[in-house]
Amino acid sequence: MTLIYSFVIGLALFFALAWVSRLGMHAAAPSRNKPTFRDMPLTASFGMAVILIYVLVSVLAPIIAPFGEGEVVGKQYLPWSAPYYLGTDKLGRDMLTRLIYGARNTVGIAFATTALAFFIGSVLGIWAALVGGWLDQALSRIVDALMAIPSLIFQLLLLTIFGTSVLTLILVIAAVDATRVYRLARSVAQGIVVMDYIEAARLRGEGNWRLIRREILPNAMAPLVAEFGLRFCFVFLAISALSFLGLGIKPPTADWGSMVRDNATLITFGDITPLLPAGAIALLTVAVNFVVDWQLHRASGLKE
Amino acid sequence: MDKQVLLSIKGLRIEGRSGDAWHEIVKGVDLTLHKGEVLGLIGESGAGKSTLGLAAMGFARDGCRISGGTIDFDGIDLRTAPEASRRGLRGKRIAYVAQSAAASFNPAHKLIDQYCEGPVVHGVLPREKAEADAVELYRRMRLPNPEEIGFRYPHQVSGGQLQRAMTAMAMSCRPDLIIFDEPTTALDVTTQIEVLAAIRDIVRQFGTAAIYITHDLAVVAQMADRIKVLLRGDEVEEADTRSMLAAPREEYTRSLWAVRSFARADQPPATGTPVVSVRNVTAGYGSVDILKDISFDIHARRTVAVVGESGSGKSTAARVITGLLPPREGGVLFNGKPLPASFKARSRDELRQCQMIYQMADTALNPKLRLRELIGRPAEMYLALKGRALEARIRDLLALIELEPDIYIDRLPSELSGGQKQRIGIARALAAEPQLIICDEVTSALDQIVQEGILKLLDRLQAEFNLAYMFITHDLATVKSIADEVVVMQLGKVVERGPKAALFADPQQDYTNLLLSSVPEMDPDWLNRLLAARGGLA
Repeated sequence: MTLIYSFVIGLALFFALAWVSRLGMHAAAPSRNKPTFRDMPLTASFGMAVILIYVLVSVLAPIIAPFGEGEVVGKQYLPWSAPYYLGTDKLGRDMLTRLIYGARNTVGIAFATTALAFFIGSVLGIWAALVGGWLDQALSRIVDALMAIPSLIFQLLLLTIFGTSVLTLILVIAAVDATRVYRLARSVAQGIVVMDYIEAARLRGEGNWRLIRREILPNAMAPLVAEFGLRFCFVFLAISALSFLGLGIKPPTADWGSMVRDNATLITFGDITPLLPAGAIALLTVAVNFVVDWQLHRASGLKE
Repeated sequence: MDKQVLLSIKGLRIEGRSGDAWHEIVKGVDLTLHKGEVLGLIGESGAGKSTLGLAAMGFARDGCRISGGTIDFDGIDLRTAPEASRRGLRGKRIAYVAQSAAASFNPAHKLIDQYCEGPVVHGVLPREKAEADAVELYRRMRLPNPEEIGFRYPHQVSGGQLQRAMTAMAMSCRPDLIIFDEPTTALDVTTQIEVLAAIRDIVRQFGTAAIYITHDLAVVAQMADRIKVLLRGDEVEEADTRSMLAAPREEYTRSLWAVRSFARADQPPATGTPVVSVRNVTAGYGSVDILKDISFDIHARRTVAVVGESGSGKSTAARVITGLLPPREGGVLFNGKPLPASFKARSRDELRQCQMIYQMADTALNPKLRLRELIGRPAEMYLALKGRALEARIRDLLALIELEPDIYIDRLPSELSGGQKQRIGIARALAAEPQLIICDEVTSALDQIVQEGILKLLDRLQAEFNLAYMFITHDLATVKSIADEVVVMQLGKVVERGPKAALFADPQQDYTNLLLSSVPEMDPDWLNRLLAARGGLA
């Protein structure tokens, strides 16, 4: 019975959130973009709302969170009750606080990493397709060599060499992920550089940077955006895996991945607290993919 | 007509889906075809010609549906007949010849295997007899080596031969009706003649009825007994070929006739330094020379048409001028000064002086950029216009190409028609304020009425901005209307060049003569006379 109730309540929440966010975005959008938001599917507006909430929570973390990030506030493994609404963890830190700070760290790092990977990968990939010749050969063979090494092992290696800080973590995962993006961007761009409009732009005397940015990238967006949604989720996994091995985000910095691991023992006692950070990751993943699907649908002209 | 009626279509309505709405493509057309008769269907693209042609087989394309009317083929109602019986008719009693034979043949099977499929599946002939029959039909279609050609793969024969092989294939079950959907549109004029003659003979020999779909009036005049003119899914008029050619009743039909009548006034011979002169250029890809020692000049305010069959090196000559293909020998002079061979070595001003308009506006305009940026970019880049001045310039350019600036400035190319897209291509070239514009087959993808609009626009702009045009085309009707001088190319060589009037009146070379005489004329007896004059073929 509770299962059915929670399912119904969840569904109602989904629709309510989706509706409200669509109305809100439609009202806030500049008049030229209004039709875009009016025709937006509910899944997409739900995704946008969830992402917006995550962003707000991570930006306002110090204000919303009831306690400090690494502060030990009470006994270990306290149950859900005020003032520790979601209980405490194995060191006696407030779960809700750590969940809020975790949004900041995990999502921030994952987003920065994916964005960097896409920037490097797509610019280099398109550049290789545009210039061709030895540059293409050199870049592609380097990428082949990097892809031949299993990514986790390679990341471990790099992190051992360069030390583990948040910045090196971002750079290392981005570098490894960029090789995958490079492959995709290069193959998509190869189909675009043979078009007459690229020839026309070259004859106009446009530089490579402008060709990449204005002429090729807008036409390569659809597959890249789809890949972005997928990669974003993989980066979560990578960060969690590295944290588990002790090379990711260092304690006491809150991170959803390590929060699941640290408190996993509670599950044995029928307490679902450790699943909350996992649920937060899952919800964000679903939300991002809802928005990406919508963008993909629009970009590929399948809206008919 | 006392002949027996073969196909009778009454009040046919066909709808197509766009988004969630259905709109009518064919709006209540009647069509009657007698046994052994050839009916020509003409009209612009979007007139519903092909849709109507397919409906004669009881077939509607994906996204289309037959929503009203009757299709009666020799006593069988094709609308209500079960799919199985319709399938039994197709290929056996009704056959179809598509526009692009190269795309319609399966590239993985030999021609004769594809030929035999129809007769064997329908149980008309066993395989061995079908093969013998194929050779016989290939001979009648005047294909070279009829005994062997069937054992080749589609990519091993030329486009014109493939189109004839396809017609032979359609004939394999000796159908009562063949639908030809623009069978010669993709072919060169010289090849077109052979295919037209072959199709016409075989249709007559077997007494097959045919629906011949085309947008080219001169072609349909040779092929059809009767002509039906369509406009946006409606019938405009129908009459015997001769009476319609002599006296079209409707205004629209007359406008179709008049298209080819646009001709610019003769210009006095040009003097002074030519804008561009191509000097003894030899160029090619790899070790193959596509161009062999070609030379010609283009003067300001003059249009030089470069004509020839596909593969004659017309477009390669343009690539040499623009610097995309540095020549092996020779060079290009611009206003008397040599141009660097590669566009990469040219200065921004040298690049600005020479602009290009492409055949396919669809691939020549970046689909993700708005017209503001498409047209504005060359002006921004070469003339350093910014802000208000740039906006004003973009609006001027849109007005020049006869598009209302307020409506179009923020559109994407996908929100324009084919003719409008080509106009944007012209505006983009003009934005650079060049001296030379290279037009590479700019009108070949367009309907005749739209073509005329583009040609008139180009003509007006030339006078206004003192432009030199290099006009690459295989369509001699276009040459007649817009060129001042003509350069005839064959197999990478300039065969003949000279002022248009002189060249058309008195061609010196056999090849020029062949090319000129191959352009279909609006006279139903033209093909007969031509074949008789050339002998051998008929």
